[in-house]
Amino acid sequence: MSTLATTHTQTNTGIYHGKLGMWVFLASEIMFFTGFFGAFIVLRNLNIEVFTASAHQLDKVVATINTAVLITSSLTMALSHLALERGNEAKFRLFLTITIICAFGFLGIKTYEYASKFSHDIYPWTNNFFATYFTMTGFHALHVIGGLIPMIWMLGKSMVKGYPQSMHHRVETLGLYWHFVDLVWIFLFPTLYLIF
Amino acid sequence: MEAVLHTEKHEHNEAHGHSESFIRKYIFSTDHKMIAKQFMFTAIIFLFIGGAFALFIRWQLAYPGEPIPVIGQMLPSTWVNDAGAVTAEWYTQLLTMHGSIMIFAVIIPLLVGTFGNFAIPLMIGADDMAFPFLNMVSFWLFPVAGILMMGGFFMEGGMAAAGWTAYPPLSAIASMGQTLWIVALFLIGFSSILGGVNYVTTILNMRAPGMKMFDLPMTVWAVFITAIIITIGTPVLASALAMLFMDNFLHTSFFQPENLIVPTRDMSRTAGGGQPLLWQHLFWFYSHPAVYIMILPGMGVVSDILATFSRKPLYGYKAMVFAIIAIAFLGIVVWGHHMFQSGMNPLLGTTFMVSTMVIAVPSAIKTFNWLGTMWRGQMQFTTPMLNAVAFVSMFVVGGLSGIFMASTPVDVFIHDTYFIVGHIHYVLFGGSLFAVFAGLHYWFPKMTGRMYDERIGKWHFWITFVTFNGTFFPMHILGVGGMMRRIFDPTVYDFLKPFQPMNEFITINAMILGFAQFLLVYNLVYSWFKGRKAKRNPWRANTLEWQAPSPPPHGNFDRALHVYHGPYEYSSPLTVQDYLPQTTSPEEIEEQRRHHEQRLQQKNEQDTHA
Repeated sequence: MSTLATTHTQTNTGIYHGKLGMWVFLASEIMFFTGFFGAFIVLRNLNIEVFTASAHQLDKVVATINTAVLITSSLTMALSHLALERGNEAKFRLFLTITIICAFGFLGIKTYEYASKFSHDIYPWTNNFFATYFTMTGFHALHVIGGLIPMIWMLGKSMVKGYPQSMHHRVETLGLYWHFVDLVWIFLFPTLYLIF
Repeated sequence: MEAVLHTEKHEHNEAHGHSESFIRKYIFSTDHKMIAKQFMFTAIIFLFIGGAFALFIRWQLAYPGEPIPVIGQMLPSTWVNDAGAVTAEWYTQLLTMHGSIMIFAVIIPLLVGTFGNFAIPLMIGADDMAFPFLNMVSFWLFPVAGILMMGGFFMEGGMAAAGWTAYPPLSAIASMGQTLWIVALFLIGFSSILGGVNYVTTILNMRAPGMKMFDLPMTVWAVFITAIIITIGTPVLASALAMLFMDNFLHTSFFQPENLIVPTRDMSRTAGGGQPLLWQHLFWFYSHPAVYIMILPGMGVVSDILATFSRKPLYGYKAMVFAIIAIAFLGIVVWGHHMFQSGMNPLLGTTFMVSTMVIAVPSAIKTFNWLGTMWRGQMQFTTPMLNAVAFVSMFVVGGLSGIFMASTPVDVFIHDTYFIVGHIHYVLFGGSLFAVFAGLHYWFPKMTGRMYDERIGKWHFWITFVTFNGTFFPMHILGVGGMMRRIFDPTVYDFLKPFQPMNEFITINAMILGFAQFLLVYNLVYSWFKGRKAKRNPWRANTLEWQAPSPPPHGNFDRALHVYHGPYEYSSPLTVQDYLPQTTSPEEIEEQRRHHEQRLQQKNEQDTHA
């Protein structure tokens, strides 16, 4: 039995497999980032001067723009699911395209931030603040890429032979993941850029 | 090519509904039963690799500096010296790799990967896992990771050598082999998480009609709780590994303190200011729950086997379920008891000590309920039953020695000695591995459609049981005598010299123990092809997997299932048989009783005529 077939059969909980599985996976993802946040707290308390000085070297304006870009993409992701659920594939495609553009925009701005750090001779090994900064934002960026791949696949499929309305569950599941990626950034942004 | 064609045709004849290519069926299979077998075979191969490493360690401890017999001269020069004796460098690698392989590539894949995959869909009456494709990915990450882990063999500096706990700063400044070890563990963690997500979703969503959560057999409950621990604990290890990788590869200093001087490594880029203890916290936050990942499924399997072969209901089913939940919850909050000697606020140490000891309560509930299950049962000492009883008794020994370590004042004395080596092996070998043996024999008829050889099974059990105790029990004595846990050559200390005969005794036992495992492999392989054909329900057990054909085809069941009873209705007064399968409807019970009464009446009439 493929996942496709089983999504339409009755489940014990009434929640389809993809959604339930995604929630469990997200619980696991929360713990993954919790490990980094825990390390951040410990290392910050050990090196408070270094952390404060380094945090002020980060570009708050660029990061704020990036936050706005990512939150927008979360909104359009939800709208694209809503559109497909209502059977409006054109709108689904439009909103999905905006989501993809925003995701690329986010990665682009992040690349710019990284590049400007490297150009000032700031690397992960410079000090512990930048070690945590690069690790946390790096893993977050990997999660963005992980969300982009199925998005592009869905858009491609929709353009070539159409995306069936009955598969809106998959878009919803991807949407859950995407909101999580957004949420992680909403925690990362104040932790790294604002609290110092 | 000919062989491939032949197999395809053969498969088609077995009325499998649809034929699949060789690769789809045996290599990149999405069928949960095939994935379980793949996990089993891969893990057994690693079991022998890890076991060989253990024997090299034992040889060195019993006969330090003497050449390894027979194969000593054949081993590569990076492992042994010119005479063929173990070198100190290789010894540290052996210790590290033995632990890592046995935990991450043997016990977890056997208990969680094999039994989880095989038993869950069959025991809940589902046709497969919720995510069969993810299941396949989860398996294939594992052999890749296993090979990567040992890939350090081909690198400068050899395999990882910082111990299975990989404490920094040593692990953060080590060789390429250590980096590979980190990557491998990350992949295994990812594989575990995918499996965990799959198990939780499957158990919550795909139970047969009529099956409530409290109709689940203990095996499924145990794997369910284990899967939850995996999804919560493993990612924390993953994040810690990511940071250790950064330290190792990019010279960051998450775990590296100020002014660390390492002659073998360029430290100019390393800024320092890190915290080595941070690794220990993150590592044990996963690795203590991992201890329960390695024992809980075993407890579930053993509960099922004890009930089946005692022909009695499991004593205190709900208490058993809640005990597992309690163990899992407590297991997550006690990681600090591994760090009493690492530098810890005494108040915090006391907290961890008390919370650790509380685990004895649910563990005792389980132990007494197992004894209560067997009490006055009609015990049948088949190979699975023998192994299950061994599990209970060895788990008690391992559990009691655990209380020694849990109390801080005693731990100060026996920490990092062979006492802890004895303890961990009583739990992981005496506990988990005996449960694996029990489960392998118990489900062998369902897995292969053939019976294993009972005589070889019993020989394997008795040799293993005796030499197991001969190997690991004296280690407690060595530990109290002061022999260090990672010592290379015990004869350099005068106070350890009197223990040398004991070390030899352990090594001889360990060798018999190791070679006895070939009996298991012989039994499994031989019976797989030549064993007696198994019936659908050879053990007359209640759970759903025995309602499927042996071996179950793709899609598992040949009829629609409805669950009416709990899993442990043995010797039930409801029915005339001594077991009551979960799917037997009230009408069928009535039918059976009528049939039985008719037969009794006929017999009575015959008797009166005579």
